Amino acid sequence: MKIFANLLLRLLRGFPLPPLRLSLTATSICMTACLGTNAAHAQVTFERLVNAQKEPQNWMTYSGDYSGKRFSALDQINAADVRALQAKWVYQTAATGKLETTPLVVDGIMYATAQDDRAFALDARTGRPIWMYQRQVPSDIRPCCGHVNRGLAILGDKVFLGTLDAHVIALDAKTGAVVWDATAADYRTGHSFTVAPLAVKNLIVIGISGGEYGVRGFIDAYDADTGVRKWRFYTVPGPGEPGHDTWEGDSWKVGGAPAWNTGTYDPGTNQIFWPTGNPSPSNRGEGRAGDNLYSNSLLALNADTGKLNWYFQFTKHDEHDWDATQVPILIDAAKIDTDKTDKDGKHLIAQANRNGFFYLLDRTNGKLISATAYGKQTWSDSKDADGRPIANKNASPTLEGHTVCPGALGTTNWFPPTYDPQTNLFYVTARDQCDIFSTAPQPYEAGHAFYGSAYFPSEDAEPYLGFLKAIDPATGEIKQKFQHTSPTWSGVLSTAGGLVFSGDAEGNFIAFDAGSLKPLWHFQMGGAVYAAPMAFAVDGKEYVAIAAGSAVYAFGLP
Amino acid sequence: MGLPYLSRISAGAFVCLFLIAAFCRAQDRNPLAGDPKAAKAGEYEFRINCALCHGLGARGGGRGPDLTRAQKKFAHSDADMFQIISNGISGTAMPANGTNGQGVGMTDEEIWQIITYIRSQEVKAPAKPLGNAVHGKELFYGDANCSLCHMVEGKGGRVGPELTGVGGSRTRDAIIDSVRNPSRRLAWGLSEATKEFPQEYESVTVVTQEGKEIKGVTLNEDSFSVQIMDMNEQIHLLDKSTLRSFQKSRQSAMPPYGADVLSDKDLEDIVAFLLSVGAK
Repeated sequence: MKIFANLLLRLLRGFPLPPLRLSLTATSICMTACLGTNAAHAQVTFERLVNAQKEPQNWMTYSGDYSGKRFSALDQINAADVRALQAKWVYQTAATGKLETTPLVVDGIMYATAQDDRAFALDARTGRPIWMYQRQVPSDIRPCCGHVNRGLAILGDKVFLGTLDAHVIALDAKTGAVVWDATAADYRTGHSFTVAPLAVKNLIVIGISGGEYGVRGFIDAYDADTGVRKWRFYTVPGPGEPGHDTWEGDSWKVGGAPAWNTGTYDPGTNQIFWPTGNPSPSNRGEGRAGDNLYSNSLLALNADTGKLNWYFQFTKHDEHDWDATQVPILIDAAKIDTDKTDKDGKHLIAQANRNGFFYLLDRTNGKLISATAYGKQTWSDSKDADGRPIANKNASPTLEGHTVCPGALGTTNWFPPTYDPQTNLFYVTARDQCDIFSTAPQPYEAGHAFYGSAYFPSEDAEPYLGFLKAIDPATGEIKQKFQHTSPTWSGVLSTAGGLVFSGDAEGNFIAFDAGSLKPLWHFQMGGAVYAAPMAFAVDGKEYVAIAAGSAVYAFGLP
Repeated sequence: MGLPYLSRISAGAFVCLFLIAAFCRAQDRNPLAGDPKAAKAGEYEFRINCALCHGLGARGGGRGPDLTRAQKKFAHSDADMFQIISNGISGTAMPANGTNGQGVGMTDEEIWQIITYIRSQEVKAPAKPLGNAVHGKELFYGDANCSLCHMVEGKGGRVGPELTGVGGSRTRDAIIDSVRNPSRRLAWGLSEATKEFPQEYESVTVVTQEGKEIKGVTLNEDSFSVQIMDMNEQIHLLDKSTLRSFQKSRQSAMPPYGADVLSDKDLEDIVAFLLSVGAK
């Protein structure tokens, strides 16, 4: 009787049913298939995040694990059976604009975000909501590129959201109730958060957006229990700090270098690798002579202190909005045998950069191993002594307009790539498009747009081409490519099933053979993809999920 | 959780509407009208926010109308223009300020600067149109064969773009160029919500499994299927995987009308017809 009374009470309160019956089936299946338990509501500890590869049924960080590989070890859905894949459920967010979220799944519950700072928890088997949260966003926020959000971090019994008005908030993972709310910056000066935070130890690490407003960029770490800020690393050095002399006059004060995409973490060396965006104003170098550190760089920070261990700047003194905010992926592969600094192929970090080059670095010291063009580019014909591509003299925007490839959207953009340790290939969504860059000087005014130039698609380059490319990280060579009908803003997932998943601008979700990049299966979702796929399992069944249009879709085998 | 969630949104929407109404009443005059400094600032703002569609110098681009014409279709007063830049034009590609998902919105002052700039660029239309619209209409539906493929005000063909509104959104020069050199820039067709680029009127030739050849234009296309209108206005819905061949071309299905086929004067008359329809 007590059980029934308890059940009734839970139903009345709108709580999910306790997984009594389900956990039995789940356990028995897991014994054989090892595909996930339904031990709901277990605490997500730092140890679990470090060992995420041991529980492939869960997807506990933005990129699936700390390495940023966006690779799932699940193989129930594989090249042999993927043609039978079918939609299992759809969750409508009722939001408009671009839906950029990557969901998290922990122990059968999916946690995701949507536009206008919505967050929600779903039954990952059915898509039925457990709780919903929406922040009361001030009406005068003006984020550069839509009211978007890319996802949550989870730690302990809380999920963490960065908001469009530049707050970091902790929500109770079971109810969505606000546990703490920390103000990082003033949204009225153009600061905002769109990034999925990263939980490391007991810290919530997050980077600011606002490179279109002349903010001074930073990366913050907050105590997960209290919301107290533990450290801040300014991505534009102040007076007296190393790198300050790479800025002309007072230009550092509005230097940009935002940090709006999620970084990765190496537990072995306790380093956070976080990429940064464009210097401000984004398309005009006049007035900020110098390299403009640490814009368009990869930063290696001590996770405990936020102190800089090393940096690598991809595009110096950028005038084309080529943020280097693409997810940097940690690769430890004996197959990658480079003679330069890292003979055993361990301790590498790779990034397919918006400027059109694929970079491989030694992550112990930030030394460049190789840089290879992976798309159409006209801005660099030469490299410096370290092998870093350097800009041609005539690549700057002009008053009359000057065509440069890639265009301002870049060869790739924020949508995350994947590295598949089985094929040893790095898969990235790429675009060939050139833009005409024309200067349009603007004075800095707090809270006003601060571009300094304008860009238009070059008609000479029409049509703009979109690809999924598979790059050999050791050589930078493109091993395979698939041409989309038009450029897409979809990220990429690889799985142990020999598959690569991605979406397209026409609304298709596509499963590719990881070796040949031949499409094996597709589903028309009815809305363009501006998100990246992920995989999880519940009750022994594997699912692949992606956001498209205004909805989150989950797919599984019959 | 459902009810409070919904009621919060509707309460918020109500407050927003109220604020917009109060705000718009206050915005009926351009405080910067005629100020050359504001026009210069507006020129740069225009490049950043508007030129992608409306072209450098506001002379019209691939998808936005020429704004240098004094006679505009939607915006007659400065207040109209402010309202349109702020809120967009529903049913068209013109987005509300700050909502195109790329780039930040403008402040009120910046919008007034842009209006000041556009006014400074306006060219007074000649008192009389260059061509004869009545004769142009005869040619359009008659000897020039335009209406075989193009529809204007419900009459004409379907294989080419519908042209009722083209005179209101394109310059004379742009219309002439697209008749003389139709392949230089293919017309934009279907726009899908949230898709970055609209479909274009690309020419296509396919051979089906049965060996049947179909020539036409793509109405839409993705990696797996294609929707084609053939030259007889039949719609074909095809799976690419079942086709023997699929050839697309950026050579327009429209033949180039050289001066030997259509004289400068006759073309000017057709343009006058399209401009007169577009001005309605």
